[in-house]
Amino acid sequence: MSMQNNLDALYRQVIMDHYKNPRNRGEIMNDALTINMNNPSCGDKIQLHMKVDNGVVSDAKFTGEGCSISLSSASMMTEAVRGKSVEEALELSGIFSDMVQGEDYDDEKYELGDIEALQGVTKFPARIKCATLAWKAMEKGLDPENVD
Amino acid sequence: MLDVRKVREQFPILHQEVNGAPLVYLDNAATSQKPLQVTEALEDYYRRYNSNVHRGVHTLSNVATDAYEGARDKVQSFINAGKREEIVFTRGTTTAINTVAASFGRANVQEGDEIVLTPMEHHSNLIPWQQLAKATGAVLKYIPLQPDGTVSVESARSTISERTKIVTMVHVSNVFGTMNPVKEVAQIAHENGAVMVVDGAQSTPHKKVDVQDLNCDFFAFSAHKMCGPTGIGVLYGKKRLLEDMEPFEFGGEMIDEVGLYDATWKEVPYKFEGGTPIIAGAIGLNAAIDFLNEIGLDDIKTHEQQLAKYAMDELASYDDIEVYGPPADERAGIVTFNIHDVHPHDTATVLDTKGVAIRAGHHCARPLMNWLDVAATARASFYLYNTEEDVDAFVDALVTTKEYFGDVYAE
Ligand SMILES: Cc1ncc(COP(=O)(O)O)c(C=O)c1O
Repeated sequence: MSMQNNLDALYRQVIMDHYKNPRNRGEIMNDALTINMNNPSCGDKIQLHMKVDNGVVSDAKFTGEGCSISLSSASMMTEAVRGKSVEEALELSGIFSDMVQGEDYDDEKYELGDIEALQGVTKFPARIKCATLAWKAMEKGLDPENVD
Repeated sequence: MLDVRKVREQFPILHQEVNGAPLVYLDNAATSQKPLQVTEALEDYYRRYNSNVHRGVHTLSNVATDAYEGARDKVQSFINAGKREEIVFTRGTTTAINTVAASFGRANVQEGDEIVLTPMEHHSNLIPWQQLAKATGAVLKYIPLQPDGTVSVESARSTISERTKIVTMVHVSNVFGTMNPVKEVAQIAHENGAVMVVDGAQSTPHKKVDVQDLNCDFFAFSAHKMCGPTGIGVLYGKKRLLEDMEPFEFGGEMIDEVGLYDATWKEVPYKFEGGTPIIAGAIGLNAAIDFLNEIGLDDIKTHEQQLAKYAMDELASYDDIEVYGPPADERAGIVTFNIHDVHPHDTATVLDTKGVAIRAGHHCARPLMNWLDVAATARASFYLYNTEEDVDAFVDALVTTKEYFGDVYAE
């Protein structure tokens, strides 16, 4: 594939749409859990806010600053995990991680939808961290130690 | 005048394609490329006279020791230090500054004392002082920047006081390329009984440095930004200050006498060079200094400034590209900028697909990014082997980036 095609695959229209019109941007009032996640090498900063009720992610929003890949990924991730159980959310995160690292991934268990547009980062190793930033925050937040 | 064509022959790495386009390397402020003269010197050491220094009686050890100590002499004249003992080899700028903060700092700074610095410091000339302040109860005081991002001698004067023990400043900013008035500030520091520490990581590659003229007390720099290898740098310190300081690392090579419960140290600079020293690194640095001297630092500086000016003039014709910092004739070959509505990371990715290597991020200068009120910036930095064609390729790639994101947004 040419570099131009790679670039087009990276900056798919869905991605730019999530970047320009992020879903679930904002904070959650009253006792949500908040996870700060930085990418210290480039300065991207994401705050992920989640509410977990009876083992289900009932709400997820994010604030912060970053590039098109990290912010669109955050937008997609918050959409994807809402209503999922903690276990499902973590499993989805594992599938996402496989996908962006260019490994075989399970594209049937969950409806991936927009998320699959982020596959383009596999050709840009330096940008994989951007794509996984919000997901890492989610994993950290759903770690049993942080959820009661 | 610098003969770029000839210079480029020394850098095989530049003659390659990256992502299907000729490599345009504009990340020199992060690290420079290495000329054949340097890589050959390293190879020569490993092939012909690799040996430990200072301890062997055998011939190779003597040859290696001469080469290592010869590098010290070379560095001494490169920055015009008064004495060869004032040159300490370290792992780089970071280790040099940490040595001063930990050793000089802990012994001389007390609760309520002040450490004066600027908001444009690289993290490596910031965190060691934060740590020192936390450990001693000293106060960090910042010289406020002028609106254009420069440091004025007057604001330095009004920040430094009799309670100030250490004044420190980056010589040339790695974000703006600004040249700071370290000589004038050193004088103010001394009038107040403080020492002056200079972060020279970005000045030594690009201009003639004379530590006696600057009259700074400590000066730190890294070889890898000036055509030398990674893993070696220099701490210059005035001899009487170094003599009073405790070593920073303890072990072999740096001792005089050792008993079961106590030990004494070698003379300076050896007491600061614990363990097997950075022998190959010093030899590579020596070759890098020869290389720069043969071309001439004045010509290198002029060449870079011309490129920076050319780049800035080109960028000025685009309303949606913002360049940060002072005008070109006052800066080293560093151009920091953003395209409106395009994150610098995205800019750098598109440029990379065109073979153009730039840096995007906070450039290890978070406080300065806050001062600029941006999360991150893109930075192109030029060196002696860059050409006007490189600048053209860079600007073309930026135009493509603008168009590319203009299109994807519009869709
Ligand atoms: C101004 C400045 N100071 C300090 C450093 C740190 O140098 P090093 O990483 O070689 O220790 C750098 C380089 O990144 C720099 O640009």
